[in-house]
Amino acid sequence: MINRIFAAMIALSVIFGTLSGNMDQVCDAALNSCVEAVDLFLYLLGGMCMWGGLMRIAEKAGITDALSELFKPLLKHIFKGLDLNGGAFRAICMNITANLLGLGNAATPLGLEAMRRLELEERPGNTTSRNMIMFVVLNTASITLIPTTAASLRIRHGSAAPMEILPCVLITSACALAAGLSSAAALDSISKRRKRK
Amino acid sequence: MSTYVIPVFIGLIMVIGIIKKVDVFGEFTDGAKESIGAAFEILPSLIALMTAIGMFKASGGLDMLSGIISPLTDLLGFPRECIPLALIRPISGSGALAVFESILTEVSPDSYAGRVASVVIGSTETTFYTIAVYYGITKVRNTRHAIASSLTADFTGFILSALTVRLFLH
Repeated sequence: MINRIFAAMIALSVIFGTLSGNMDQVCDAALNSCVEAVDLFLYLLGGMCMWGGLMRIAEKAGITDALSELFKPLLKHIFKGLDLNGGAFRAICMNITANLLGLGNAATPLGLEAMRRLELEERPGNTTSRNMIMFVVLNTASITLIPTTAASLRIRHGSAAPMEILPCVLITSACALAAGLSSAAALDSISKRRKRK
Repeated sequence: MSTYVIPVFIGLIMVIGIIKKVDVFGEFTDGAKESIGAAFEILPSLIALMTAIGMFKASGGLDMLSGIISPLTDLLGFPRECIPLALIRPISGSGALAVFESILTEVSPDSYAGRVASVVIGSTETTFYTIAVYYGITKVRNTRHAIASSLTADFTGFILSALTVRLFLH
């Protein structure tokens, strides 16, 4: 799927660029997006080293074990067949903690550590494992408890009640996450059934 | 308040580490060293995806798509002002913030469209970026239904944003 999306986006941008007369900007983007990617990579590199180091201290000090115990009852239903005492599960719990606290800058490096460890533990080869999909869906559906970015922009534009959106955000995120996870579980069992036939 | 969270979080890890007699500096540098190699795995897929996303954003395709799907979103009660936001949200985080900013400049943050846009920003994530970066660090190239399921979550989020704002705030 990623192959098709990658190719389709570039092909469509040539077509749309021609239709809307924006070819200058498309050309510019084609040449300069790689530099933006390197900027982002450097930003991630720093964050990954920093949070990779902190993660190591947290593991040695037993903090991640305490967090794992806290999340185990809930997460064991989502991540089936994963070693709940293994390193991948500990990293997943750290990532979820960072997400819940709204620490996006910490959540991504910790999430990458979790993906790396999931690959080491599950050895999925070229094709993603079920638990990897579950973890990615968990991170693409936002699980932040307090929408700080939205609230701060609302304040800047003179909102009378910047935090009034909170109940809507919580209900919407919870439903979106539930829809994402259940569709992932459903699609997984469908594809397994097909394989058996 | 929010400026306290990260320093306190890091401080707590350090204090507990010292109490538990962990070699905090040695463990930190060991962990950081391991992350360096891993980080380089992401760069190729980051360059590929960001080029595609950058070209698509620049082509003006999003505006044309907004016009095409607006009859459908009217049916769902999703405000027209928020369609470009919903379209860009899954592919670009900074792009989505820019669109959100321009919506709040045009309409009040306390209007229907302003509130729906706020809920969309607060309750969804940059799906394609997350998938590109997360799978970029692994050798996995066949992501099966990861994109379909993540987009299901996004789509549910857009519909629910409009629905919850109408239920609770209007």
